[in-house]
Amino acid sequence: MSSAFEFEVVLTSLPTLLKGAGVTLGISMASIALGLVVGMLVCLCRISDRKLLSWPAAVFISALRGIPILVLLLIVFYMLPLVGIGIPPIMAAILSMSLNSGAFQAEIYRGGFLSIPRGQAEAARALGMSESRILWRILIPQVMNKVAPSLTNELIMLLKNSSLASSITVVELLRTSQQIVSNTYRPTELYLTAALLYILMSIAISVVSDTARRKFYHGGRVTA
Amino acid sequence: MNFSVLEAYQGAILGGLGTTIYICALSIALGLVLGLAIELVRQELPWMRMPCRIYVEFFRGSPILIQIFLIYYAGPHFGLLLSPVTAGVVGLSLYGAAYYAEIFRSGFEAVPKGQIEAAECLGISPSRVLWRIKLPQMTALVLPPLVNQSIILIKDSAVLSVITVPELTKQTSKIINETFTIAEPLLVLALLYWALVEGLSRLGRFLETRMNRHITSSAGRTS
Repeated sequence: MSSAFEFEVVLTSLPTLLKGAGVTLGISMASIALGLVVGMLVCLCRISDRKLLSWPAAVFISALRGIPILVLLLIVFYMLPLVGIGIPPIMAAILSMSLNSGAFQAEIYRGGFLSIPRGQAEAARALGMSESRILWRILIPQVMNKVAPSLTNELIMLLKNSSLASSITVVELLRTSQQIVSNTYRPTELYLTAALLYILMSIAISVVSDTARRKFYHGGRVTA
Repeated sequence: MNFSVLEAYQGAILGGLGTTIYICALSIALGLVLGLAIELVRQELPWMRMPCRIYVEFFRGSPILIQIFLIYYAGPHFGLLLSPVTAGVVGLSLYGAAYYAEIFRSGFEAVPKGQIEAAECLGISPSRVLWRIKLPQMTALVLPPLVNQSIILIKDSAVLSVITVPELTKQTSKIINETFTIAEPLLVLALLYWALVEGLSRLGRFLETRMNRHITSSAGRTS
């Protein structure tokens, strides 16, 4: 064990690390997309006037936000096979991360819905628009515009949290670097490189989302 | 469901819960002190701004699990041999401090400049301005985000199980491995974390109302 840095090992293992980073990015993207569906559904239940819908949604949000992702990963990974559902580790990771993200996203959307003046939906109703049309044409487009920055933050959180999937044997960036470390005994160089890759990916995500928002935002004012 | 298996392991679960609470309390305290120190240093010493920024970006931008690995597995290469618990506390504190520093920054920014200028004109010393004017006012303001961040820290403490810290998650996985029961220990584990987090967020809301009451009454704004 020499203490000097040796960055050759980083160069030779960079292609493998980048492949791991690709898996990390894929898991995060899949989880935010699935989480969007879960989050929107839970949010609509949460803000519903019916207690039968809003109460379970509130419990779901509180529970899924209160349980560490690592614990949720273990629950999904070990308990699904008990009820006869065997899924590969990567699916278990995406499932648990989108459930967790869904709970956080539900709260993000709730904030978005609450910020839209009630008068808009009332006016639409007075004009005879159907409830689903009001939702899809008036509320959701505005909500999505408002929550875009929070969703970017959520994606970055997911990116970092996806490293926990390594503990249920998903070969993403962190597990890739662990595997290389166990062959080369160079934890400093490899873990630092992996950390830098995570940081670079989060910077890339915020730059892309900023540019996209500037490009595609139509009407109204951009609330940054 | 058969929770009687867990009876024999009550001690292990409670011990794990104790370790989790102990590690988190220590890390939150150390993180708060370090976070405030970072914020004060970069306010007072312009040349320290860049190093502080790199520190904050690194610890906020990379996953806590990697930070723990760096301390626990890479540390020995630099003569830094830490026990799992110490490595865990160091990791969580360094990680928390980066977030706490940013929260303190927003708190300091919210204190009106005029007040500080007025205090300087009156000849009040900088340290007195800090302790008597800035900190008391921002405490009420930064309390909700600080509580939030501490809740995140408690949940993140579960990753310490990976470096064999005998905290709640680790103890529970041990029970799973020894008894081959899976569902019951995991459900208890989830419930305990949920209770811990709910408890802390309630405590935060309680402190918040108390503190705001104090602020409004001392400012003479209550009618």
